[in-house]
Amino acid sequence: MWFYILKRVAQALPLLLAVVVVNFVLIQLAPGDPVTLLVGDFPAPEEYVKQVRAEYGLDRPVAERLVLYLGQLARGNLGYSFANRMSVAELIGKRIGPTLQLMFTALVIAIVIGVTLGVVAARGRGKLADWIAQIGALVGYSVPDFWLGQVLIILFAVTLALLPSQGMRSARSVATGLDAFLETLPYLILPATALSVRFIALFSRITRSAMLEVLNADFVLAARAKGLSEGRVLLAHVLRNASLPIVTVIGYNLGLLIAGSALIETVFSWPGVGRLMFDSITKRDYPVMTGILLFVSLTVVIANLLTDLAYAALDPRVRYTR
Amino acid sequence: MANLRTGIAFSLIALCVVAAVFAPFLAPFDPFRGGADALLPPGSKSFILGSDHLGRDVLSELIFGARVSLAVGISAALSASVLGLVVGSLAGFFGGWVDGVLMRTSEFFQTLPRFVLALVIVAFFGSGIFKLIIVLAVLSWPPIARLVRAQILSLREATFVEAARLSGMGSLRIIAREILPNALAPVIVTGSLDIASAILLEASLSFFGLGDANLISWGGMLNVAQPYLRQAWWMAVFPGIAISLVVLSFNVLGDALNDALNPRLQETA
Repeated sequence: MWFYILKRVAQALPLLLAVVVVNFVLIQLAPGDPVTLLVGDFPAPEEYVKQVRAEYGLDRPVAERLVLYLGQLARGNLGYSFANRMSVAELIGKRIGPTLQLMFTALVIAIVIGVTLGVVAARGRGKLADWIAQIGALVGYSVPDFWLGQVLIILFAVTLALLPSQGMRSARSVATGLDAFLETLPYLILPATALSVRFIALFSRITRSAMLEVLNADFVLAARAKGLSEGRVLLAHVLRNASLPIVTVIGYNLGLLIAGSALIETVFSWPGVGRLMFDSITKRDYPVMTGILLFVSLTVVIANLLTDLAYAALDPRVRYTR
Repeated sequence: MANLRTGIAFSLIALCVVAAVFAPFLAPFDPFRGGADALLPPGSKSFILGSDHLGRDVLSELIFGARVSLAVGISAALSASVLGLVVGSLAGFFGGWVDGVLMRTSEFFQTLPRFVLALVIVAFFGSGIFKLIIVLAVLSWPPIARLVRAQILSLREATFVEAARLSGMGSLRIIAREILPNALAPVIVTGSLDIASAILLEASLSFFGLGDANLISWGGMLNVAQPYLRQAWWMAVFPGIAISLVVLSFNVLGDALNDALNPRLQETA
């Protein structure tokens, strides 16, 4: 196992380096003065512009510039946002909490509903329930999630006036700790629902096909023959063995989840990284954009690595075959 | 049941194509010209689907928006398929280090968060419709390349390829004449599913304000609608329905093609 972990980590490192290089190349290739991309399209003080030129060696050859860029990143310097008067790393750090909260809630909703739907569809294969679940999955996979958010706002916040639709708590709120969390819950319902729909569709499809693959396996027949109740057969034997592809799909789709939350946060003014991305685009605050791209790519690479490791931990065969 | 589904999907796509091609003749108003009748609800003053905040007719905007969605979706998916075919064939045919480099590259593109990367690229380089198509194509080819490569690797050992080789055919001719035609089915399926995801991605980018500013797109309409959700639901509801139906139709079409072209897979899906 240790050898496998080391091997996978070693494979992930070039990927990380490649991500950084792509970011660097983008900054170099973009039209206009690269210093604008490092400072942002924002009236920055002349000394700071000079400092950035020196720090990143913008008057030196490309190879030297790449080394300087890597050096800045290694020191944790993702740049500085003049539009926000704050370092990009600090800015992302402040916004990551709400994003994680939104993503985690949506993921839990999607796993519970998606896996349940998948199990129901696989059990009643070819029947009405299966047909409805499959059409539902197809629709859920085709509807743009940010538009679904807008429709939820129109229905539940405007027409029915049941739930709040903007931000994560009242502007006047002074609550902290648990109180703040409880106050956030009603604000969380609509965006988390909108974000989860695509993943409900994805998980129900994967669960259905994974279930179908093991539903007729010999060990399931044996469990049934042993006289186990249908519920126990499904939970302990079928779903357990079908869980591998489900875990993989969750892990590999983290990038999709982040993209979805960027759009959803914009619709619901949720103060997370996605909203920050939107604001940085409207303000042409380039360092924040590249900083977020780097941060998100890093997260995705690490999530994929963890998924592979989880897969190897759950299924020992993987460690030896690859 | 499946035939009915495919029929509906196909009709919707046909409807969308007709709207896109004949937009200037079908649209009741000029979608670019506003007027004093702003934010009117559907049905009032011959605005069938209402008017937006500048007094433009929502229906006419929708009809013109079909052009952008279809053009971007189809061109991006087509370019991605061609790119994927070329890269996949090269990797599968040459093997060795060429294969290694190309497959690592495709893995890299598959790992990167597509939407965020597209956002940054378009924000840096500007957002004309051609740039959008190129960006979407460059970010979408890897699955097709991997598919083609896998097909080539398995078909290379097939008896009819062996026969072609024995009859003295050159390698390139074998790829072009014998292998690729047999590997094309899954590419067509993936390509039509790619149209759906390219349309969604274009709508997302336009919603972020990064669409082509000179054209009307459904995603752009949703961007404009966001501040008016309280006053004018029709500004958001109709473009979203249009996007959902078209994306759904291309997804259904992809599934139908999959069933038709891979009869062996029918039961496992």
